[in-house]
Order: sequence, then C-alpha cells, then structure tokens
Amino acid sequence: MKLEYTPDDLLPLSGIQHFLFCRRQWALIYVEMQWKENVLTAEGRILHQRVDDPFFTETRNGVIIARSVPVASYRLGLSGVCDVVEFTPSPPAPLSQGEEDVKLPNRAGLYLPTPVEYKRGKPKREPMDEAQLCAQAMCLEEMLSTHIPLGYLYYGQTHHREKVEFTSELRALVMEMSAEMHQYFQRGHTLRVKPSKACRSCSLEEVCLPVLQKKVIMASKYIRQQVESA
Amino acid sequence: MKHLANVLYITTPETYLSLDGENVVIQKDEHTSTRLPLHNIENIVCFNWQGASPALMGACVEQNIGLTFLAPSGRFLARVTGQVKGNVLLRRKQFQVAENEAQSVPIAASFLLGKLSNCRKVIERALRDHAMLVNVEALSSASAFLKETLKVIPSCQSTADLMAFEGSAAKAYFNVFDHLILQQKNEFYFKERNRRPPLDNMNALLSFLYALLTNECVSALETVGLDPFVGFLHTNRPGRPSLALDLMEELRPVFADRLALSLVNRHQVTEKGFTPKESGGILMDDETRKTVITAWQERKKEEIIHPFLKEKIPFGLIPHIQALLLARHLRGDLDAYPPFFWG
Repeated sequence: MKLEYTPDDLLPLSGIQHFLFCRRQWALIYVEMQWKENVLTAEGRILHQRVDDPFFTETRNGVIIARSVPVASYRLGLSGVCDVVEFTPSPPAPLSQGEEDVKLPNRAGLYLPTPVEYKRGKPKREPMDEAQLCAQAMCLEEMLSTHIPLGYLYYGQTHHREKVEFTSELRALVMEMSAEMHQYFQRGHTLRVKPSKACRSCSLEEVCLPVLQKKVIMASKYIRQQVESA
Repeated sequence: MKHLANVLYITTPETYLSLDGENVVIQKDEHTSTRLPLHNIENIVCFNWQGASPALMGACVEQNIGLTFLAPSGRFLARVTGQVKGNVLLRRKQFQVAENEAQSVPIAASFLLGKLSNCRKVIERALRDHAMLVNVEALSSASAFLKETLKVIPSCQSTADLMAFEGSAAKAYFNVFDHLILQQKNEFYFKERNRRPPLDNMNALLSFLYALLTNECVSALETVGLDPFVGFLHTNRPGRPSLALDLMEELRPVFADRLALSLVNRHQVTEKGFTPKESGGILMDDETRKTVITAWQERKKEEIIHPFLKEKIPFGLIPHIQALLLARHLRGDLDAYPPFFWG
C-alpha cells in the first residue's frame, strides 16, 4: 500500500459504499464508467439537489452549517464532497481540551467539525454508509489536522439522524477498502461477483448481466451448438 | 432487464423540439404543441428540419436518450452525443483487437454465423408457413447452401476468407429473396440489392428499415461504451459506422428483411406510397413511412427468449443486449462473442 497518493491517483470517495455493496457494481461505475438511473438513484439525486448548495452556509445556535464541502485524503487516496459539515464552537480555552478543535478561515474561535451525510433510504445492515461517512471524516482530519470522533447519517425515509462513531474498526475497514479499490482500479479490472438478492435493487443490473457470471465459458459452446444443429 | 421505453419519431418537417422541465415539447406552429415526459423516451428520431433546442440536447445526452436527425428521406444527418461514454480501457481493447486479425476474426465470424443462420431461418420460415406458395426447390437449395457455408465459417483464418464466404452466401440469399414476396408481385419484386438510391419499391423499403436499424445499432454500441466506427468485419472508413454494420449483419434478416416481407405480404404497404423520381430512384411517402415505423415499433415490443441469456426480453432490446455481450467479451467476461441466433 502506498503511503501517500498523488492527485492523479485519487478515487471518488462515494465509491466506498458501492464497493461494499458489490465490488462489481463499483467496477462498472468507476472502471467501465457505466451508470444507469433507477427509481432509487433518482430519489437520491433529488434529495442531494436539495442538500447541495455550496454557497449556502448558515449558522444555527452558533453552529456553522457548511454544505457541499470538498475534501480529499492523500493517505487514503480518496476525494469527494461532504453533504454537510457542522462546525460546533468549542468552549473557551480552560474548559476545552483543544486538541480536536480547529480554526476556520475568517471565523473567530475554535470549532469541532462533524460530517453529516444524507441518504434517501433507511439504515442498512451493512456498514457501507458508515464507511463512507468515516472516509469523509478521515479526509477532514487530514485537511484540518484534527481528530473527529463522530458524525451523523440522516435518512430520508426515517427523517432521523443516526450517530456514527468513528471507531478504530471502522477506520481500518475504510483503509482496507480504499487500498483494495486502488489495486483493482490500477489493473483496470472489472471483477466477477456471485449474483445475489441485492442484484434486484441494483440499477446496473442490465449492464452487469449477473446471469453472465454463471456462464463464464459458455459462449463458445453456445456458438458451436448452434452451428452443429443447423 | 432493461426497460424498453418509447422511441419518439418526429415525421413532420415543420416541428421544433424543446425542453421544459423534464418534458420534451413538440411545437408545430405557434399554437399547437405536445408535451411528453422524457423519462418514458429512449430515443428521439427526427425527420424534421427545424431541429431541437440545446437544452433538450443536453437533457438527452445526460439521460442516455438518443437524439438523431435524419433527412426526410431517411438519410442520416447528425446525432447528438455528449462526452465520450464508457471505459477507455474497453475502447483501447476494441482498437487493439480490431488491429489484430487473429483476434478479430473469431468476432467477425460470430457476426457472420448470426447472419447466415438468421437468413436461413427467414427462408426456412417461408418454407414452413407457405410451402404451397413458394418455389420450394430454389428456397431449399439456398437454405442448404447457407447451411454449408455456416459450417465452414468457424475454420476461417482471415477476414478476407470471411468476406468471400459472406459474399457468396449473401448472393444465394438475395437470389431467392424474390420468392419470399408472395403478394403484390408486380409492384414489389426483388432482383438485386441496390441503394443510393434504391431503384425499386422493395429496395426502398429495405433501405429505410436498414437506416432505422443502423441508428439503433450505433446507439446501442455507444451506450455500452464501444466505438461504433471501429469494426472487426467491415474495414474502417471515415464516416462509416463499421462496428454498427458488423452488428447489423446478424440483425438485418430478423429486424428488417422479415418485416419488409410481412409489410408487403400483408398489404400494409402498397405501390401508392412509392414514387419513382426522374432518375429512377424511389421515394417513400410520409404515410408509408409512418406505417413502416409503426410496424417497426410494434415489432420491437414483441417478446422473445434471448437464445443465449435465456431471458425474456422485448425484441427491441436485442441490439443493446448484443452490444453489451460484445463489450463483455472484450472485457474478458465471456470467452467468445455469442451472436443472436434467431429461433
């Protein structure tokens, strides 16, 4: 694994969730550059249209709410955009530990950054949304030289925020996934993956043709049979 | 499987297309306009002169909706494409295979196997359905010849050999094509394939259907990220969508030839719709073109079981599926390119 990536190496951070959902789906999107919308992705897109306004920064009860915050980590080799990063003012010097707090351009005082990611559905069993959020936090940490203990996932279906703690396990998962993604990307390889139930909710099903995964060596046989039986 | 949405054909020359929200607005004059939601549309094929707004072009590109302009005669004018789609690695592989005869011959052979087999099926169907009406002897011997050729194709080592077999097989097929025309024999006959311009009614009809099919093949290849201009069987020539023509070989008999025959045999088109010009070239009128397009659309909705995927799909998806299978073969998912063998 590389210690540090170059700007050219950076892969989209949002790929982490695809990668964890299905490695082949990830490859189809980022290696084959295929994308297809279905109802689920369209809903996600519309939700994000509302969230993403980079020029709209508001302050609520002293908390600065920044939208569409571009981030990158050269250690992970990932870059992307955080839907929302909330900056909570830290208490004055003697009360605050200070080490997690950051200075912001054109703002007085110190703040604690907390990333918030918007998702259309509801919390999932697999940790893909958590991993994506954690990757965002790790980018922010690298850019702001800080430590971010937690973030939030907001789910459109439940209208609730879920707290996500950035544990060392979650961080390890992010590092492992991003290293693996870089390996596959460098080989330009589209992986084969066993079809599963998840295929039915995948917008790329028709591009992927999961049925092909079962017929790896069948094409030449199919041709031979057709010619022989003519 | 992919959802087969509608193709919007604009046949009135005076119409202008524009975008409003998520809708395409078809404007005929100041007062009449039609709105259709874009998400129901897969392809817009324009035979109009007025054109379309850049906003609509942008939306089409973004949503993978084909937008093509054809002259009222059906001649291709322009297609709207955005940024090159797909995987640069796939295209590089395509170019590399196209340059390497040993690698491109098996793919070219697949296209031909599909073509010969499907041509043969067209003949066999006529023999089966109309044994009393057709020249059984001529058709049977053409079918036998195609069968023989089919068996030698897999052992061909060069594109030149393939092209030679293709030539003799096409000749055998078109030699008996006239026997497949069962009705309106005085007005619709087939002596040889001619184009640019087509010189008889049947050729005019075929040319129009081939133009529709070419357009679908180009879109299908572009959608999966292949370059429609770099072929394996057809040699590259500037302005010629060689790969689309390769792909068409196996689809022509099923999509175009068979449909042309049905239209004539069922009297859905008649001589009235075909006008000879002073040069001898034949023009089809608007009404006939509409009839053909409607029949084409209906055909596309029919469902079949894809012979390789064994999945039920609408007919109209076949070009897309075949393009996808080709891309998957080039990317290493499949050990060969499986052509569409019509059942």
